Amino acid sequence: MSLQKKKQWIYIINAILIVLVLIWALPIIGLFVSSLRPRTEVLNTGWWTVFSNRTGLSFSNYKQVLGGSRYTFVDAAGKTVRASGDNLSRAFINSLTVTIPSVIIPLLIASAAAFGFAWLVFPGRKFFFTTVVAMLVVPLQIALIPILRDYQKIGLTGSYLGIWLAHTGFGLPLGIYLLYNYISTIPRDIFESAFLDGAKPMVVFARLVLPLSVPAIASLAIFQFLWVWNDLLVALVFLGGTSDVAVLTQRLATMVGSRGQDWHLLTAGAFVVMVVPLAVFFGLQRYFVQGLMAGSVKG
Amino acid sequence: MADSKKLREGSFAGNTLVAVGRIGISIFVPLVAFVILWAGFIFLKESKAPPALIAIVAIIWGVGGVALLFGVADWFVNRLPLHVTKKLQPFVFVGPALAILAWYLFFPTLRSLYLSFFDAQSKNFVGLANYIYAFTDPKMLESFVNNLLWIILGTGGSVGMGLIIALLADRSRYEKVYKSIVFTPMAISFVGAGVIWRFIYAYKPAGESQIGLLNAIVTFFGVEPQAWITLRPWNNVFLIAILIWLQTGYAMVIISAALKGVPSQIIEAGRIDGATELRVIRSIIIPYIFTTLVTVSTTIIIISLKIFDIVYTMTGGQYGTEVIASMQYKQMFNFYDFGKGSAIAIVLVLAVTPVMWYNLRQFNKQEGF
Repeated sequence: MSLQKKKQWIYIINAILIVLVLIWALPIIGLFVSSLRPRTEVLNTGWWTVFSNRTGLSFSNYKQVLGGSRYTFVDAAGKTVRASGDNLSRAFINSLTVTIPSVIIPLLIASAAAFGFAWLVFPGRKFFFTTVVAMLVVPLQIALIPILRDYQKIGLTGSYLGIWLAHTGFGLPLGIYLLYNYISTIPRDIFESAFLDGAKPMVVFARLVLPLSVPAIASLAIFQFLWVWNDLLVALVFLGGTSDVAVLTQRLATMVGSRGQDWHLLTAGAFVVMVVPLAVFFGLQRYFVQGLMAGSVKG
Repeated sequence: MADSKKLREGSFAGNTLVAVGRIGISIFVPLVAFVILWAGFIFLKESKAPPALIAIVAIIWGVGGVALLFGVADWFVNRLPLHVTKKLQPFVFVGPALAILAWYLFFPTLRSLYLSFFDAQSKNFVGLANYIYAFTDPKMLESFVNNLLWIILGTGGSVGMGLIIALLADRSRYEKVYKSIVFTPMAISFVGAGVIWRFIYAYKPAGESQIGLLNAIVTFFGVEPQAWITLRPWNNVFLIAILIWLQTGYAMVIISAALKGVPSQIIEAGRIDGATELRVIRSIIIPYIFTTLVTVSTTIIIISLKIFDIVYTMTGGQYGTEVIASMQYKQMFNFYDFGKGSAIAIVLVLAVTPVMWYNLRQFNKQEGF
């Protein structure tokens, strides 16, 4: 291929790529632009007209979805009730409250279990480990009814503890499996010298295994974080519909139902839901990619 | 003589005291831990404190609680006689995971299987009636067909686009920029993506100015605007487009990593032999990365099989867009038919199992991390 022809090809390739990338970027750009426009404009003209007529862009839609109409009133039974409009800021806090432990707890339990399976000797080790791996197959839908019944019996429905444990349960098979793969490759001598020095397993785990497994734990953490933050189904089932505990995805899904045509609010709301994962994405892209590669078998 | 006897008695009493003390502490410490956790739980349940404070307390309580339980369990096991400690110690590590897995996945599978043979209230045995429903009901059949469409178009689209973009970007200087834009939707939830795409598909009657991107493009070319989301049977394709938009980035990143692993000597050799670029891709590169393509495909097949959120937010399963997972959700939480809901869940497990099994085998071969 001549040099000139090669150059031509590179132009063509870049042109095709730019078109493709635009297809991927336009939906997000459109969403963001619309979230800044006033209601009447969003409803009457396409967001792309902004580029020829840039007036009235503001963050007031965000103010409305984040603050919502938060007010208190006394209901028929004489109880003071706090009603909220969109109030996504509350849902934002709820999302954080659900997500942070739902990432840390399964990672703690999974890394302990992975260490146990990889380096401790006990009867039934193979059998239990195979069972754990087999659980990767089970879609979480199957657990919804039985677990919901248990929760109703012991009063865990709508509680944070309930949803943390649920996310822990559903995240464990993958977590144990991947961390086992990683922890079992730590050189044997490191453990032997530690055990010879009389170190207790818990000390070895906390001082040696956890620090050594940081790369694997980090990418798993990001993966689990995205999974929990973006989850709708588990939240719908175990948190229920009350806006006191509802997370962002739930509130957004409700908004889609109740405000189907208020595009100026829906777009702002959607952006609020996206902002944390996008920040994580841009901040930790390297780990993020590793996590995705490792997490390609999430059940 | 008497002295030494006294001494021995004294030491015996002392030993007993120490033993009693030890047992006492062994019970006392876990008890204190339990009380602390319980108090935290009650506080979180009853408290009317501001949400941000509750959030912080909840996070500390939850994460600290798990660490505390591990610590106390280990402390307790170490207090036991040595041979018992040795036997129990591993279970301090794997026990919590096994208990939670048993509760959340293992037994639920068996319980769902059991419930699937009973009626809506789980009172009367109905045999295979729920499964007969699952495989004959018109709505269920619709969901099977739709899921098949999701698998074929969703997986084909994501992997195909991912492959094309990875191949093209590999030949461009701005590879990183292109790849990270296409990858961005991976961070977006299905619900968020639902809002984005509802807006793109937004419909206004002909003559009015369109606010949805797709209708604006269509009317620009002089075609009547359409209500895409209710347009049977094509609306399924428009929903699947969302999955492709979300998952192409994933396919692209993995395929791109595999492309970097193709030895450049082989490619160069092909080129020197006069093969066209397309021929090089088809006969050298594709066979070389074939296992990666299969792994990516199986992963997206599983996602397509279990697809729920997109359908739930876009159409709620109306207008002929029902899928298996949305049918199951409806049976459980709209109709409270636990028998049918469980049967559909079991059908879903049966559908996922072979794909997952295959996926794991591939994964084992390539060694994950």
